[in-house]
Amino acid sequence: MSKLLESGFNPADAVLDQTCQAGDPWMATVRAGQTLRILDLEGNQAVDTLFYSATNAEERYSATDTIARNGQLYLGLGSKLYSSQGRVMLTITADTCGRHDTLGGACSSESNTVRYALDKRPMHSCRDSFMHALCHCHEAGALGLGKRDIAPNINFFMNVPVTTAGHLSFEDGISGAGKYVELRAEMDVVVLISNCPQLNNPCNGYNPTPIRLLVWN
Amino acid sequence: MSAISPNKFPPNKLLWEEHLPGGNHWSGRLRRGTALRLADLQGGANVSALFFNAEQPLERYNMPDTLKSQHTGFLTAGYVCQSDMGRVLCSITADSLGWHDTWCGVGDAVMAQAKYGEKRYQQHCNAMHRNGRDNLLIELAKWGLGARDLVPCVNFFSKVVPDADGALSHVAGHSVAGSCVDLRFEMDTLVVLSSAPHPLDANSIYAPADVQLSAYRADPVAPDDACRIQCPQNGRAFTNTERYVGVTA
Repeated sequence: MSKLLESGFNPADAVLDQTCQAGDPWMATVRAGQTLRILDLEGNQAVDTLFYSATNAEERYSATDTIARNGQLYLGLGSKLYSSQGRVMLTITADTCGRHDTLGGACSSESNTVRYALDKRPMHSCRDSFMHALCHCHEAGALGLGKRDIAPNINFFMNVPVTTAGHLSFEDGISGAGKYVELRAEMDVVVLISNCPQLNNPCNGYNPTPIRLLVWN
Repeated sequence: MSAISPNKFPPNKLLWEEHLPGGNHWSGRLRRGTALRLADLQGGANVSALFFNAEQPLERYNMPDTLKSQHTGFLTAGYVCQSDMGRVLCSITADSLGWHDTWCGVGDAVMAQAKYGEKRYQQHCNAMHRNGRDNLLIELAKWGLGARDLVPCVNFFSKVVPDADGALSHVAGHSVAGSCVDLRFEMDTLVVLSSAPHPLDANSIYAPADVQLSAYRADPVAPDDACRIQCPQNGRAFTNTERYVGVTA
């Protein structure tokens, strides 16, 4: 686990303060210099998150650039989130959880058929939430985002430990009610979140719950 | 992991062979039922590979789906490369190495210049330095694809290991001359390759190894195929693939 650090920001001063209900998507623009807090209201909630340059749909959060350039599989305090063009998009400036995942990606109805059973296809999923947001959110329309732009995401609050032998497991979350992560935007970014609806594994404690999003100048 | 000799498949199954120089790039279509052997000719090769459904490239290799359904962070014989649509693009039917990296993607021009210095075409012709990102973008563009389609790749022949806290180190000398890995295609697949160095390769001398590509006719996938029965997840991914191509197991 990386070091924990609490934030000095006061929710009363936030310029944005919204709740994203369990299983819903959320999309917004965060300007360079602003700080985004993602708050796990009830605990153990995976928050599947993608970032795009607000001015260039071809520049987006890149899992591989972030892993290789940090030399590190997990995200925590001080991690830099790199774009597909090798630029720092955001920096983690406060964290009360200790570890966030770069490898687990987002669930989909198709991956549910593989991971659990062929008849799990109709269950709600993160990638269906992403598709819904791309069809409805202003930010997606302005950038012309579509399925091509859905690359592997970050899972805030999710625990996917990799053993030194290279094996992957999905463990019960290490997050809890009230834990949060804060990211300072280093460029203007569009944030796309799926508040994960997965019910087949412990990533949400089998009980998806709401999250709170705050932004400070 | 199963060790293989370079000439295991009979000559009458060979479709074509091609030499991919180190640092270069390649793309092509491999149909369902064919296989591609990648062989490291000098040792220390790295082959960054992307896979797309040839008839609908919105469907493509998906690193997290591949890793989480097989509970692995690396690839070797018995594992499959899964698409984002729950299907198998290709199966790894043989491998002499035991570990191929899935985490680190490709380096770019800025990184390559900082590590290796600049070698431009004007002074060095085809000995110029190339980098993984530009190599993949060049080949993607030939199929009407671009930066938006450049997702995390497989880095064949490269091994990167985590410590208990997730800090990564590249394993030098992992792939020796003659190492090879065989991919059997379960769907008609667009394959995009770069043989530029791995982004975490600490060697500051630019000397990417050459790679031999050998395409051959694959044997039909048996019901007890090692990749299919590796785990129940793979069995379901094969079923999804067979539904898509219109065959029964």
